[in-house]
Amino acid sequence: MSSTNQLTVAHSPHQFGDDSVQKIMYRVLFALVPAFAVSLVFFGLGALIVTGVAVVSCLAFEYLIARFIIKTKPTLWDGSAAVTGVLLAFNVPSNLPVWMIIIGSLVAIGIAKMSFGGLGKNPFNPALAGRVFLLVSFPAQMTSWPVVGTRMNYLDATTGATPLGIIKEGVQNGQPVSELLAEIPEYSQMLLGNMSGSLGEISALALLLGGLFLLWKKVITWHIPVSIIGTVLLFTGILWGINPEKYADPLFHLLPGGIMLGALFMATDMVTSPMTSVGQIIFGVGIGLITVLIRVFGAYPEGVSFAILIMNAFVPLINKYVKPKRFGEVVKHG
Amino acid sequence: MKTFPKGGVHPPENKISAAVPIEMLPIPETVIIHLSQHLGAPAQPVVEKGEQVKVGQLIAKSAGFVSAPIHSPVSGTIEKIESVPDTSGYKKPAIIIKVEGDEWIDTIDRSPDLIKETILSKEEIIARISEMGIVGLGGATFPSHVKMMIPTGKKAEILIINGVECEPYLTSDHRLMLERSEELLVGISLVMKALGVSRAVIGIERNKPDAIAQLTSLSGQYAGIRVEPLKVKYPQGGEKQLIKAITGREVPSGKLPVDVGAVVHNVGTIVAVYEAVMKNKPLFERVVTVTGKLLERPANYLVRIGTPIEFLVKAAGGMPEDTGKVINGGPMMGKALLSLAVPVSKGTSGIVLLSQSAARRKPVMNCIRCRRCSSVCPMGLEPYLLQALSEQARWDEVEANRVMDCIECGSCSFICPASRPLVDFIRTGKANVNRIIRERSK
Repeated sequence: MSSTNQLTVAHSPHQFGDDSVQKIMYRVLFALVPAFAVSLVFFGLGALIVTGVAVVSCLAFEYLIARFIIKTKPTLWDGSAAVTGVLLAFNVPSNLPVWMIIIGSLVAIGIAKMSFGGLGKNPFNPALAGRVFLLVSFPAQMTSWPVVGTRMNYLDATTGATPLGIIKEGVQNGQPVSELLAEIPEYSQMLLGNMSGSLGEISALALLLGGLFLLWKKVITWHIPVSIIGTVLLFTGILWGINPEKYADPLFHLLPGGIMLGALFMATDMVTSPMTSVGQIIFGVGIGLITVLIRVFGAYPEGVSFAILIMNAFVPLINKYVKPKRFGEVVKHG
Repeated sequence: MKTFPKGGVHPPENKISAAVPIEMLPIPETVIIHLSQHLGAPAQPVVEKGEQVKVGQLIAKSAGFVSAPIHSPVSGTIEKIESVPDTSGYKKPAIIIKVEGDEWIDTIDRSPDLIKETILSKEEIIARISEMGIVGLGGATFPSHVKMMIPTGKKAEILIINGVECEPYLTSDHRLMLERSEELLVGISLVMKALGVSRAVIGIERNKPDAIAQLTSLSGQYAGIRVEPLKVKYPQGGEKQLIKAITGREVPSGKLPVDVGAVVHNVGTIVAVYEAVMKNKPLFERVVTVTGKLLERPANYLVRIGTPIEFLVKAAGGMPEDTGKVINGGPMMGKALLSLAVPVSKGTSGIVLLSQSAARRKPVMNCIRCRRCSSVCPMGLEPYLLQALSEQARWDEVEANRVMDCIECGSCSFICPASRPLVDFIRTGKANVNRIIRERSK
């Protein structure tokens, strides 16, 4: 029994599942592929450059900060920085200059993630923090969206307003919604992504496909997406019922803008969302409400990013007060 | 198909030895009998060095209500009484016997005949179970007679027999259910009589269809006993989970199964009860699964208590070169052994050998708050939180977050994608909270 001396002694369990942080992150990346493909079709070169620059700079900042500032072993290949890069790119116009993307990546990785201690420690979604920083710093560039089909252009792409912007501005100028609908693409075209918008948010269909993959692989659960989308439908439905000429119909609110990307990929970020199902529903309802409030009554045509970041701030509070149902807490006699 | 509703995981079953019939293991030259093989007070030796003993003879008496006597598993001479390591790795007092022949005390009925009827009263059955040193053979080793004496003011309504064997690899209960079905059913009737209950349910996961079929057909001849097939999910064999799965009742936090009218016994224990009551046979041998992917001949052995574990491993083909870990019990809740020189005790349900690569944990990463630990926790706890609070020694909060409800099933550590040491810190938390509770009650 020569090898008796080499026995490993550890506490139970002695057997582990085969899932890992890397696998989860790579599944998220995989789920983003359909939306990226749609973006390539509609925005071409711009989509490729912006996404490439965002991913490379997020990885670079993560490596440099871990290596030289925090002085730990960089964990580049866990995939989380790449996910942040892709999501940041998905949330900006496809004609954003390279240097702005790099600044956005620095804010996302450096300030929103690494300054809190890196993977798993950040209270706010890093990609959204980067996006909102860019939005308030460079409002002009962040709100001039290329029109679809300008495939070989990047910085010189023709720009136009998004459907959300058209409706918002029109309603503010007193035009009825029914008239404005003629100025925006048909719903079936919007579903496919044939409209102006941020790089990765345009195709609800492609995002839904990726979201279903994440649900199937149990990376996300239904609670957050369903509660966000449900709340948006309900809230805008009520407004629409009150005055359909002043408020757009509920379906319109789902297709353009960041609802799908936000509900399926941004709000579901594990690190920055609540730890219980009930907590996640509260979180999702909050995001839905704030989004509609900003869209309909606020200054910006779109509010998903702000809504998610605001609700991120409530996550510790939700986790403190919403607890799972403990076994043996409620006595039932059957 | 019934199961417990909240949490649970599906570790690979790896029941390699499920089809291998129980085989009698030869008796070793020396056996080591620890005085503490059960929960409660260690037994007190009643033999001295140099004394001759027979198989089944009392060698250590029970030291209180929650304690159990120990009987010699072999015939031979008491070599010495001294402290030697047990499966925990710590030295504990033990009686060491040099084996000579195999001579049994003559009160034990060694015939293979099945005895179905008894004239013994309820009290006499319980007394016999207590005298014969029967303890829970599922691994917890709680003295069985204690569970049969229902505290005043409480009432047992249902006897639940744990045939779940949800731990991966282990197959000893499965084999017992197949090979000792009638004894098991008679044993159940005896315990029903002792408890004064009219209903008994044998819970078996449906990955053991042969045991379900056989016991279902045989149980027709026994009044009040039925089989409940259960959906496969770990930790269904946990006492509270099994009660919930079968009766729908939830044992309240900090309470006992009898508070919801249930008493749970493992199938191995019930077979031992049959032998004790009907055959006058003390508990001195048990079935132990010896298994592992690398092992030459995974098997289920009927082993005398006190047999060194290396003796079992040798019989199963010897320790493979690549062995990295040897577990006493199953891979989810068993304890890793320091050495194979320690003996089989009443609580040893299996010996599992893992390879070097399977023995090591993956590097720990930051928690990504994926909440899988809390979604698989069968007790509705938040392992990520308990781990963090324990690491920071915030014991008040650890207690407030119900650490004492943790059954240490290991589901959270199993599922964690960041390989975090969840159960490890939760154990630390439990130990400290336990200490604080004790100090408070002083």
